[in-house]
Amino acid sequence: MAIEDYKGVYIFAQQVDGELSGIALELLGKAHELAEPLGTDVTAVLIGSNVKGLCNTLAEYGADHVILVDDPKLETYRTEPYAQALSGVINEYKPEIMLVGATAIGRDLGPTVSARVATGLTADCTGLDIGDFPLQPQEGVEQKHNQLLMTRPAFGGNTIATIACPNNRPQMATVRPGVMVKRAPEKGKQPDIIEYKPDLTENNKYVEILNIVKDMGKKVDIQSAKILVSGGRGVGSPENFKILDELAEAIGGTVSCSRAVVDSGWKPKDLQVGQTGKTVRPNVYFAIGISGAIQHVAGMEESDIIIAINKDESAPIFDVADYGIVGDLNKVVPLLTKAIKEAKAKTA
Amino acid sequence: MNIIVCIKQVPDTAGGVVFNPDGTLNRGAMLTIMNPDDKAGLEAALRLKDQYGAHVTVVTMGLPKAEDVLREAMAMGADEGVLITDRVLGGADTWATSSTIAAGIRNLDFDLIITGRQAIDGDTAQVGPQIAEHLDIPVISYAEEIKIDGDYVIVKRQYEDRYHELKAKMPCLITALAELNEPRYMTPGGIFDAYDEKKVTVWGRADLKDLDDANIGLNGSPTKIAKASDKVRKGAGEKKTDLDPQGACEYIMGKLTEKHVI
Repeated sequence: MAIEDYKGVYIFAQQVDGELSGIALELLGKAHELAEPLGTDVTAVLIGSNVKGLCNTLAEYGADHVILVDDPKLETYRTEPYAQALSGVINEYKPEIMLVGATAIGRDLGPTVSARVATGLTADCTGLDIGDFPLQPQEGVEQKHNQLLMTRPAFGGNTIATIACPNNRPQMATVRPGVMVKRAPEKGKQPDIIEYKPDLTENNKYVEILNIVKDMGKKVDIQSAKILVSGGRGVGSPENFKILDELAEAIGGTVSCSRAVVDSGWKPKDLQVGQTGKTVRPNVYFAIGISGAIQHVAGMEESDIIIAINKDESAPIFDVADYGIVGDLNKVVPLLTKAIKEAKAKTA
Repeated sequence: MNIIVCIKQVPDTAGGVVFNPDGTLNRGAMLTIMNPDDKAGLEAALRLKDQYGAHVTVVTMGLPKAEDVLREAMAMGADEGVLITDRVLGGADTWATSSTIAAGIRNLDFDLIITGRQAIDGDTAQVGPQIAEHLDIPVISYAEEIKIDGDYVIVKRQYEDRYHELKAKMPCLITALAELNEPRYMTPGGIFDAYDEKKVTVWGRADLKDLDDANIGLNGSPTKIAKASDKVRKGAGEKKTDLDPQGACEYIMGKLTEKHVI
């Protein structure tokens, strides 16, 4: 089949426990932007068990069609039946673009499915556009139009690469959560549902789920946190970390700290950011009452957005902060917590 | 039990990154290390070896100098090494890399394959699951804990907010997280053994069977780099010295909204 015959922008509408993940709606937003210059439409692929009720939401957020794969074997994510389902959809409907969230599910499903349907996959993309490949015309090389150009950081965030998949279809990418923007929902929009029954024959690749543990206990992993609210000696006391805890809770982040805080015995070592602690690269890093010693900066400078609050105008943290506030953290942080709660209550 | 651990020699991105004038990475000028997730995978294999007895083979694909990382792994306790190296394999994306490594692994006996979740240079996390797919065996990624139960492995598989305890029949492939364990150090005796007693087998293109030329190297890679550029290093951003607390709060809220954080 010629690659021109592959049509449509498809997204994997991830759901867990019957609830759509945020990334599903973010992908729909991006898929719409990509579909327009291609003159095509947007299809959500919804895989699960008893999940038909989610189709309406997908329609409201921009899915022109929903391909529904509903089967009891798909109740909880497992690589094999989900890979059978998604590669079945790809082989049957032949999309030109297939987007998957770069989540703990998507980064397992994406590579398995792309290998099964023999196409390329670009990981953890932060930008997607339609354009030409090669970007500039080159002597002796056919320049292909309407290609998916996938942008992603590599080498520990030290380089940015733009990648195309010119000769294989679908063009597949996993997309970093929290980067793409949801559309405003069109309330009441009815979905066009296509029910699809793939071959879900059990094989050697089916694994057995012995146990599901949702309570992760007290274990905190600051390296996988998307938002870190990090405190330094300037917070003043272990008790005063309460205002950081509250900010973290409001914004959906995790509390971390500087070495000074660990050395003072205010926080355990596993929360320490820096050369002798952990290197972190969250989407947002709040440096609150942290002066920004070079050893600390080495552990967090790759964060996408750094927001510093410190009363000392000459603190070196302001040399790496994207947004710096010279002020009293005891006043600014609680106000910020309140404002975030209000903003979230409004959009919920 | 035969365990294969796939490891990669990577530039130490934490130790300073050096660029060529054209913006590509100057790998020759940078220190190299064993990729951290892979090292955790190796440690997991060595612990299984300590506990149940196993023959551990480390496999890497890379330049001839990647032999160093195999010797390091053998000094830690791996029994033998396989280096897949050939000019025609260079420039491979994850599809071509996984096709090539899977072909190499088909030459070996294995019950369990362990790879790191992702390498710190590419950060794709794709090669492990894709090797499993090419070998038609189950994959369990993001492993936090690995146990053996007869012909089965029992693995704690991490998700964002939970973990699943999964049971898979061997042969299977597991991708390991750096958090899995604290890798052991090389021992002086181990270093002697790694160079004197233990063997590294080198395979080129001709040694890899069941591998189509259409699936190797730069030409066999479906994904193509359109552009690569040095990330603009962050300098100081904006610093607001004259805002009252309410103004400071509104300023931050504006930025968080603009950047779609909230």
